[in-house]
Amino acid sequence: MITFDGVETPCRAGWTIGAALTAAGVRSWRTTRRAGRPRGLFCGIGVCFDCLVTVNGRPSMRACLTEARPGDVVSTQDGTGHGDRAC
Amino acid sequence: MNADVVVIGAGIVGAACAYHASQAGLSVCVVDRGPPAGGTTGAGEGNLLISDKLPGPELDLALLSYQLWRALAEVPFRDTTFGARTELEHKGGLVVAASADVLRGFGELAARQAAAGVEAVPVPPDGLREHEPNLAGDLAGGIRYPQDMQVQPMLATAVLLRLARDAGAVLLPGEAVTGFLRRGDRLVGVRTARRAVSASAVVNCAGTWAGEVAALAGVRIPVSPRRGFVLVTEPLPRVIRHKVYAADYVADVASDSSALQTSPVVEGTRSGTVLIGATRERVGFDRTWSPQAIRRLAAGAVRLFPFLAEVVALRAYRGFRPYCPDHLPIIGPDPRVPGLWHACGHEGAGIGLSAATGRLIAQSLRGEATDLPLHPFRPERFDEGAG
Amino acid sequence: MLLVDGGARPGGQYWRHGPEPADPRSRHRLRHGWPTFQRLVRRAESAGAALLARHHVQTVVADKAGWLVDCLVGDEPSASAVGTAIRARRLVLATGAYDRQLPFPGWDLPGVMAGGGVQALLKAHGVLAGRRVVVAGTGPFLLPVAAGLVAAGARVPLVAEANSPLHLAHYPGALAASGPKLREALSYAVWLTRGHTAYRRRHTVIRALGTDRLQAVQVARLDRHGRVCPGTIRTVHCDVLAVGWGFTPQLDLANQLGCAGTVGADGNLVVAVDRVQATSVPGVWAAGEVTGIGGADLAVIEGSIAGRAAAQAPVPRSLIRRRARLRRFADALNAAFPVPAFLLDDLPGEVLACRCEEVPVRAVREAVSELGATDARTVKLLTRTGMGWCQGRVCGFAVAAATARACGRPVSEADLRAMADRPLAVPSTLGRLQGGEPPSH
Repeated sequence: MITFDGVETPCRAGWTIGAALTAAGVRSWRTTRRAGRPRGLFCGIGVCFDCLVTVNGRPSMRACLTEARPGDVVSTQDGTGHGDRAC
Repeated sequence: MNADVVVIGAGIVGAACAYHASQAGLSVCVVDRGPPAGGTTGAGEGNLLISDKLPGPELDLALLSYQLWRALAEVPFRDTTFGARTELEHKGGLVVAASADVLRGFGELAARQAAAGVEAVPVPPDGLREHEPNLAGDLAGGIRYPQDMQVQPMLATAVLLRLARDAGAVLLPGEAVTGFLRRGDRLVGVRTARRAVSASAVVNCAGTWAGEVAALAGVRIPVSPRRGFVLVTEPLPRVIRHKVYAADYVADVASDSSALQTSPVVEGTRSGTVLIGATRERVGFDRTWSPQAIRRLAAGAVRLFPFLAEVVALRAYRGFRPYCPDHLPIIGPDPRVPGLWHACGHEGAGIGLSAATGRLIAQSLRGEATDLPLHPFRPERFDEGAG
Repeated sequence: MLLVDGGARPGGQYWRHGPEPADPRSRHRLRHGWPTFQRLVRRAESAGAALLARHHVQTVVADKAGWLVDCLVGDEPSASAVGTAIRARRLVLATGAYDRQLPFPGWDLPGVMAGGGVQALLKAHGVLAGRRVVVAGTGPFLLPVAAGLVAAGARVPLVAEANSPLHLAHYPGALAASGPKLREALSYAVWLTRGHTAYRRRHTVIRALGTDRLQAVQVARLDRHGRVCPGTIRTVHCDVLAVGWGFTPQLDLANQLGCAGTVGADGNLVVAVDRVQATSVPGVWAAGEVTGIGGADLAVIEGSIAGRAAAQAPVPRSLIRRRARLRRFADALNAAFPVPAFLLDDLPGEVLACRCEEVPVRAVREAVSELGATDARTVKLLTRTGMGWCQGRVCGFAVAAATARACGRPVSEADLRAMADRPLAVPSTLGRLQGGEPPSH
């Protein structure tokens, strides 16, 4: 079981974060930094970097590659994911 | 085809020359063997620096350029301004030192710069993070230079050329100069594979390849390549406010060593990526990637901004700065070849100094008094004192 | 012999699979040529080859005795703190390919996915990308994507093939491997019939509709020149669009090494190889999709040749002949399934050319018409296309094509290369880059 934006999301062994979110009907988990548009999986195999998501506080992890581990905390990423560092 | 002036090279310096010449009422034809900004300009960071210039002719060029860039920023371009379109940012520079000794040495340089009209504001160690919150906490202090600016070099070149073309200049990309038209010992134009262009003056703005163009005209100018790598991060919000670099950068620029010299230079950009320089090596035109250079760039940046250790690098690029043995560019008419001017050899300062270069060349082409004496930049200086 | 692979399990895209044991029902329909895969793995293991899984190569540089291959280890290499450097005397590059994409209105809506991504979810995880999926694009790959979805219980109302597979009849090379391929195509057709899937030739998706996620697509017929026929536009509701326009090779490492390339029959930049799969760089061989898209069977043959050549073993003429036959078939497929003209010429300016940096097609055209760009490199530097996270992998082909078209000339190798130059084949943190010496093999 992982959580996505605080919601418990079922997960099978070996699933990537992208697979778990897709199985749960979630289509997007980040917003683009210029126009704020939603993005989720596109190429699905690690080439396009559209599926970037924040995992356990670490931004810009490719959901389609990152294996889900029990207890992983996944959250929607706003833009660059480094907003807290802005000055 | 005819023009008053042929500019060889459509990089930042050629573009600035074309712009200023066409503003001064001259008809200009710019030729380049490739596309605009296809040489070193495309590998530039966009530095418009006062802070790293030693008092003397180079600092004079930089101060004149500063005024010209500020004026250029306000020039209308389509539905915006030149400055907005080219990401021209008057952000200021911050030079930092890791030790009190290095800081003192740099402070002496700053005092000489201040005497020459530069704004240089010392910053104590506990004041650094007020200007740069993400800076490392253990630096010995720094000096802030409010006059430092940054621009996107490709856009600056393209917009300068566009403005020149709007004023009647012609751009001929993809046409290498294969020879010159002569009348007696005078150059009266250029030849490419496709055509001949007659002109009263030819300006050699071929950057790192300016020596080849000069040789085609029968003269020698000692411009040689000095390779540099730049590392580029993922896009970030604004995390670095100024152009920040370590005080030992100035020594590297002034060095004649051919070995790998690295000194951290870090800046943010409008698009969000952080650019990390700087390396200098004299390895000819060797385009091989150097993992060692990349390693040193990463380490230098992390030293100044520890948070960068967790920031991702997406790409790197390299370019070849046009380097002259006395670290001054070559600007002005060549007495050895009437009709030939040079505007090249700016090493790593070409983007910034292009503004003054373009202005001085335009004045020289029109036979007017130049805003700065051209004597220190004369092309024939390398032949002097040889006996 | 070391096999360095970024995946958790060997097999790449074609033989992608999840942890065993897999659902026995899914095996036969999703695992094509499985006995071949198993045989190859057994033979490699018994020959003493070691598999380094989850090893992503970031850079390859020349070293004293050959090559230094620097890898990041983990499923997401950009977060990896672990690296390893491998010293190798000889290299065989078999870095494969990925779905080639082209922009179209609405292509950036969540729910629009590459056919390969939809398949990867199914093959590796048994997860359906959506419940109602339209499959579109061009090429034989649309069939297994659609059939796999139907077999796994999704509704696939439509497969929109922009070209017509009957074109294959014009190409003599198609007969070369037609037997097994026709049987394969037929097996997919059976699934599509069971799934009540409409297969429409000369049809394509011209727009994806939805506000924050895909809700429907607009489909239209194309004329034989690849242009939209007015009055033929229909709307089809779906929650996922699986789209692909053929494939494009992963050339990062070949380009880092300076291997000579050429523009292949499919319009991609591909690595040039000789009779025994040797590249222009001594000590480097290349096999599979990187030398030109040609499918799994051809990749296996090329790999067999490259492996033998790299081991300085003789290459049987039978392998050379088989490769030639399969190459002719691949060339026929490429010729029969070109990218339709509407995708390159008629795009509205606000459609995103570069998804990562959100750069519209208009900016590419303006870089040429206003700012003097004459090639893709200049366009890239002026517009930021190809400078985002994916470093031009998704938009490279389209930006090169749009640039060339705006300049009124064919796409050049230089255009494609400018969008495919990646000194860091995988991203990593500055902390990782500053290194120290990683443990080495």
